Amino acid sequence: MVQSRSLIDESGKRSDGRIIDELREVKINVGIIKNADGSALIEFGKNKIIAAVYGPREVHPKHMALSDRCVVRCRYHMSPFSTDTRKSPAPSRRETEISKVIREALEPALILEDYPRAAIDIFIEVLQADGGSRCAGISAASVALADAGINMRDMVSACAAGKVDDKIVIDINDTEDKEGGADMPVAYMPNLKKITLLQLDGELNPNEFNTCLDEAIRGCLKVYEIQRSSLIEKYFGNEKGLKEE
Amino acid sequence: MSMSKKSTVIVENLRKKQMRESISAGKRLDERGLDEIRPIEIELDVIKKASGSAWVKLGNTEVVAGVKVETGEPFEGLENSGALIITAEVLPIASPHVEPGPPDEETIELARVVDRGVRESEMLELSKLVLVPGKIVYTIFVDCSIINVDGNLFDAASYAVISALASCKLPVFEIKDDKVVETGRTQEPPITTIPVSITTVKIGDYLLSDPNTEEEACMDARLTITTNSKGSIVAMQKGLKGNFSVDEVKSIADIARIKGEEIRGKLKGLINVG
Repeated sequence: MVQSRSLIDESGKRSDGRIIDELREVKINVGIIKNADGSALIEFGKNKIIAAVYGPREVHPKHMALSDRCVVRCRYHMSPFSTDTRKSPAPSRRETEISKVIREALEPALILEDYPRAAIDIFIEVLQADGGSRCAGISAASVALADAGINMRDMVSACAAGKVDDKIVIDINDTEDKEGGADMPVAYMPNLKKITLLQLDGELNPNEFNTCLDEAIRGCLKVYEIQRSSLIEKYFGNEKGLKEE
Repeated sequence: MSMSKKSTVIVENLRKKQMRESISAGKRLDERGLDEIRPIEIELDVIKKASGSAWVKLGNTEVVAGVKVETGEPFEGLENSGALIITAEVLPIASPHVEPGPPDEETIELARVVDRGVRESEMLELSKLVLVPGKIVYTIFVDCSIINVDGNLFDAASYAVISALASCKLPVFEIKDDKVVETGRTQEPPITTIPVSITTVKIGDYLLSDPNTEEEACMDARLTITTNSKGSIVAMQKGLKGNFSVDEVKSIADIARIKGEEIRGKLKGLINVG
């Protein structure tokens, strides 16, 4: 990774004008896919991602079913027009890996024993990518799962932290991901206080690692508040529930 | 190998009976007239990373299309025109009946029919999109993703592709020292006409335009006709195992012309092109 130019200026502003512990603007719209059992559109900075959940439903082919719990299938996919240079619509190795880590980030939150011999399908479609799409995808998928009424232990909220110009910042954007020093996506169950996804590209010393992890979790908690209010808004029509507590 | 298959969407016999009775009285189950098209909503420029994009709703069918522009070699036999590539994908988010994986024959037919309408109408003047004749031309991709399925994907995808193309800003490329460079400037796309596709299906002895999922599950045959701004027919595709009489085909062509003009006016208003 080459640091070609300064990504944080003297006043502490980042390339997109944010300060180091500021999230990009996040909007979540619940239930936008009419055919799906649960769905959410997340706009996370310039990321535009739809997550849709189908199930619990029958498993096809049948031999894939598990007798004691539910099968979770997950697909993360990028539309050809989502990136600067056109992406081929065929699934890439990167998408295959991300599909797997997303599934493993969401599974701990699902009470799968409640749905033996069934399947829950989670489809994440990136319409526009802007760095941090796996985190945004997890956050959207988690809202979609709740919208589908699937029994869950907790929400899963995700946010990346990383190192840019030797400073620890949260919610790495595209430029910072490509030119910055480290990128660490984290998914977190905010009530159970458990980490369900952890990846890292780049170099962090032990001290930096600790700060980075703490900062990422603070980011997850901010995302959690937005996930929560989006669901409250869908089901109760306002944000009253949030304020009354 | 293409195999005849069962419909994945199942409509109960009682509902089918209701539908037939309703149609014979001139009204469809969703209250539309037989040749009435569902409301169309178009939001342009939803994907900032694309040169042009559109999110189109045709009733509950929703499609996102995006235009990406690159340079490359021309197609064989078409050395002096730009390359236009249109793809369509029915995403698994779109319906409980879609399996992820390589496109099936229906999706391939969909992409090819949408492509045919745009290509055969010569909507884009591809001869204006050449950098070095015979060697380097503009390659224009229009990819469309179906995100919610409620029938008539052919027309919905076609409207999305046309809206994205007509409203796009093409990047300007130049040749400097035998290399292609992007100038950072943009240009209007060379649009010559607005093709409009109208799909009409046959249920029993009745013809219905713009079918929804439930109607598609009951249809015997389907005919998609694309007309250009002059009202001439530029592309057709018949589908399914049912058949049409000559008179039926003629009246479907009339519907395509009349409804096509109506939709063209709507599209032009929504996407702001002359």
